[in-house]
Amino acid sequence: MANLLDLRRRIKSVKNTQQITKAMKMLSAVNLRRAQERVLSARPFAAKMTEVLTELSGYADESYHHPLLDARGDSRYLLVLITADKGLAGGFNANLIKAAQAFLKEHDGKSVELLAVGRKGRDFYRRRSVEIVGEYIGLTGKGRITYAEAVEVAEDVMRRFRDDETLDKVFIIYNEFRSVLQQRVVVEQILPVARAEEETEGQTPQAETHIEYIYEQPPAEIFGKLLPRLIETQIFRALLESIASEQGARMTAMDAASKNAGELIDKLTLNMNRIRQAAITTEIIEVVSGSAAAQS
Amino acid sequence: MPLQLDIITPERNLLSEAVDSVTVPGAGGELGILPGHTPLISQLQTGVLSYAQGPTTKRLHVSGGFVEVRDDRVSVLADLAERPEEIDAARARLAREHAEKTLSAFSGTEEDFERARAELERSMVRIQLAAEDHSTLAR
Repeated sequence: MANLLDLRRRIKSVKNTQQITKAMKMLSAVNLRRAQERVLSARPFAAKMTEVLTELSGYADESYHHPLLDARGDSRYLLVLITADKGLAGGFNANLIKAAQAFLKEHDGKSVELLAVGRKGRDFYRRRSVEIVGEYIGLTGKGRITYAEAVEVAEDVMRRFRDDETLDKVFIIYNEFRSVLQQRVVVEQILPVARAEEETEGQTPQAETHIEYIYEQPPAEIFGKLLPRLIETQIFRALLESIASEQGARMTAMDAASKNAGELIDKLTLNMNRIRQAAITTEIIEVVSGSAAAQS
Repeated sequence: MPLQLDIITPERNLLSEAVDSVTVPGAGGELGILPGHTPLISQLQTGVLSYAQGPTTKRLHVSGGFVEVRDDRVSVLADLAERPEEIDAARARLAREHAEKTLSAFSGTEEDFERARAELERSMVRIQLAAEDHSTLAR
């Protein structure tokens, strides 16, 4: 019976798929654990950094100039889009691209260029009317990233901003890691760095705990040295968050896929057994009626 | 142990321990920190950070970043920090040779020059620390 054979073949192929999705899920789980740890271990540094920067920003008043603080016009943007290199991660990449599309729509009429981190984002915009000025492929695909790699991206971004006076703002879009099941797309402006007055608005009571530090170097100089590092940490954090999110999303997606495959296999097996039984019944009837006919 | 020393890099928290005193390679020279130090912020340069716990003194390689001292807490935020036993001496030696070569026949931009110089500094501190670590092991 051809039908039975077809079903068997089908079950086998679904089983194979399930094996792959199961393996991918397991792999993601391992990567996820590592990525999560790294997100956590990167937090104290970023926290301390922000603390000291806030402390120092009091010394950087209106008269202080730094290329990364340089507020310019509002017509040309650079968008850093952090996606995954690979798919099969549920809505991970789709959500990012949706957010990027919304961003483009919102800033319609302004010139937006794209710096693509991750293959998926690049591939999507390569076919569209957005100029891709740079790309980093294979950075997030390994499931881990070093600080040095993040610095490379950060330096690229900062160089573009510093060297090109007509570039007004730099934004970054990435997935923030909430939990294994939950990611949140974040759109942030990273350059120019917002001045402290804007940041700490409404929380002036902090000033009471102000401590008089001795500064080995002029505070403004330390501040200037720290600013690029702030961008580096921000991008590093965004990349770490994105990697953790990607692994989480993939794990969830692959778990669902394995479950679905299991259900499909059950259904197909039931179907197959029914057909098999029907065939056996038919055969028995044939044999019985055959022998009955011979006896009579 | 009256001083709390934290050494943090962007990638990990290398150390969080109570110590007696700390010496950090500040940008303007070595800084010795004892309990009761006034609040201080300083940039760091590539060099050796050492701290004393009772009779033992330990040394680490740190590079870049800054140090904050406050309420007997010393927070070192370095770009890079490693223990002597983590240093690969052979690799550091290779890096030094490479950096020296780049510097002696230099033809790139100022940025590249700066990078090579920083690499040379790092490799030299690494070699020094690795050698010390080795000699203490041998003893």
